[in-house]
Amino acid sequence: MALESTEKRSSFIDNLGKIYLLYTLGFLVFFGLMAVLERMGASAQTIGSGFLLFTIAIYAIIGWLSRTAEVDAYYVAGREVPALYNGMATAADWMSGASFVALAGGVYFGGYPYLGYIIGWTGGYVLVNALMAPYLRKFGCYTVPDFIGTRYGGNFARVFAVIILVVASFTYVTAQINATGTIAAQTLGISFEVGIWLGLMGIFICSMLGGMRGVTWTQVAQYIVLIIAYLVPIIWMSNKQGFGIIPHFSYGDAVARVAELEAQYGLTAALQPIAGLSVLTTPHNVPGDTMNAWKMVSLSICMMAGTASLPHILMRYFTTPSVRSARRSVGWSLIFIFLLYFSAPALATLTKLQLLDPNLATSIIGKSFTDVANLEWVKHWTSVGMLAVSDQNADGILQLNEFFMRPDIVVLATPEIAGLPYVISGLVAAGGLAAAMSTADGLLLAIANALSHDLYYKIIDPAAGTRRRLTVARVLLLFIGVSAALVASLKLTGILGAVAWAFNFACSGLFFPLVLGIWWKRANTEGAIAGMVGGFLAGSLYLYLVFNKMIEPWYGMDDIRFGIVGMAVSLVAMVGVSLATREPSKEVQDMVDEVRVPSGRTILGSTH
Amino acid sequence: MAVDTKTRALHWEKTRNLTYIILALWALFGIVLPWFAGSLNAYSFLGFPLGYYLCVQGSLIAFVALIWIQNWRQDAIDDEFGVGDE
Repeated sequence: MALESTEKRSSFIDNLGKIYLLYTLGFLVFFGLMAVLERMGASAQTIGSGFLLFTIAIYAIIGWLSRTAEVDAYYVAGREVPALYNGMATAADWMSGASFVALAGGVYFGGYPYLGYIIGWTGGYVLVNALMAPYLRKFGCYTVPDFIGTRYGGNFARVFAVIILVVASFTYVTAQINATGTIAAQTLGISFEVGIWLGLMGIFICSMLGGMRGVTWTQVAQYIVLIIAYLVPIIWMSNKQGFGIIPHFSYGDAVARVAELEAQYGLTAALQPIAGLSVLTTPHNVPGDTMNAWKMVSLSICMMAGTASLPHILMRYFTTPSVRSARRSVGWSLIFIFLLYFSAPALATLTKLQLLDPNLATSIIGKSFTDVANLEWVKHWTSVGMLAVSDQNADGILQLNEFFMRPDIVVLATPEIAGLPYVISGLVAAGGLAAAMSTADGLLLAIANALSHDLYYKIIDPAAGTRRRLTVARVLLLFIGVSAALVASLKLTGILGAVAWAFNFACSGLFFPLVLGIWWKRANTEGAIAGMVGGFLAGSLYLYLVFNKMIEPWYGMDDIRFGIVGMAVSLVAMVGVSLATREPSKEVQDMVDEVRVPSGRTILGSTH
Repeated sequence: MAVDTKTRALHWEKTRNLTYIILALWALFGIVLPWFAGSLNAYSFLGFPLGYYLCVQGSLIAFVALIWIQNWRQDAIDDEFGVGDE
């Protein structure tokens, strides 16, 4: 069986560089082939379908080759993933459909407060590295609840950690499956529901046979696709439109020009709003008052603490060979993530300039309404209901507040706006699919592993053998994937709303129990339970009240910032209850001491 | 490989101090500077308003640097006390 014997496996690890280099070249050759096909007159749909089916087939092959029957390989990829590759896998695991598809659109429409996502989703890794990853790696756990359960003892703490993990990750995974379905449906020309099930099948092939090992090696492949798909269009567009070879360091003038144009056109609300679509009303770069500053910072705090508490990210650092390589791989992760996150604002700014600046051929604002309505890309996106132009003041000219767009199409539509060949749009679709699939893989695995390891094996049936454990894990994976797809097909929230909620749930319930478990010896079982339950319930209750408009948000803390309330309650409850009850036993305190030094055996054995 | 109590205490003290410094710098780039982006926009950096630049690029670069610097110093601390695991 492939990769099964020790010699074969280590030769695979030794040759990773060659294998993925070859894979990258292969992907570029495929890209070239599609470009040639387009020249020869292949339709947009053929090219788009080619990209999606080719990449899914590759992931499926990797998933098949990584199949395993060992517990260690299934849960933590055999703890042999080198730091660099774990960094890439984490970046793919991390960058979801939301980062890929919606982030630039958010910056485009959201202005300064929205930049809280950019800061939050990168700065969180400083916390992961400083407070969590190396210590959890030393602990030797398979899942995050495994740490909570062992550090605090007792099934109660473990079960609460599992519940919070499931709520946070499930919220998140439905958004990813939704994104998978949207991309597949648009590119392949099939219905959204069929798209969802097709995407889910791809996700299963990557994760079911090989567990964490399969997910790891497909995520590396998916990272390569997604980063190429994000950077190529930006660089291509920038060269074509004369913004410089690599626009990232030189779009300062564009920021100033956008501000001029905003003043010239005026940022006013639409005369007649169109449901689901937005017009630009928030200035690109005006921080404004203290309230805006607080909104930006509170959002970024929730995202940073959420990053450091989301189990599907933390568990990636359980797969490295050592504590030191776990730390190093956090460093690599952030470099790989940075490549996309510092591109998104550049993309948003340049796209906005292209639409607004009358000196550019691509501009539409201030132009004749009929001309704009007849542009190919405007017609295309209008036909799928994601864009609208409407001459509401009947002056025959398209005003800024007459151009409606769904924020999350900015990335997908930019190649067409800039007049790039369709092969670029196909590439972007493949990148978006890779981003959504890789995150969905990680999340589904985090949920299924917590249920199978922590709930089934540790609590219900500790005598279960390897075969039985892995069967249970796979059945749960199937079950959770199908439920997530069913929920996703209901289309409850937009892509980004559900993602922000996941971060808030995770930081409300898990941030302080995890941090204090390592950093405060005095933290005990009662305190951890109080912290998890108190934080999670307070956060959820606040979300419920604010979301249903039963109370006014306190100090601007709306439904995407409820983690601030949850974390505050969690910290007070955990410290208060810990101090009011007995200090942890000598063994537990020694365990904490042991976690703090990298050398020596892990707390939990290699198979537990 | 047992590590004696005194070594542990010294190692942890240094580890903790390093972490505090990193967290202080993290708070500066992740919270304080973005908060004052409005005032910082009066200055210009690489052609960008400074506050905006920090939010879209500067702080991000600082985060990457913080992680690599912490790991470099932490490796040195681990080696100093002979508790590295590689």
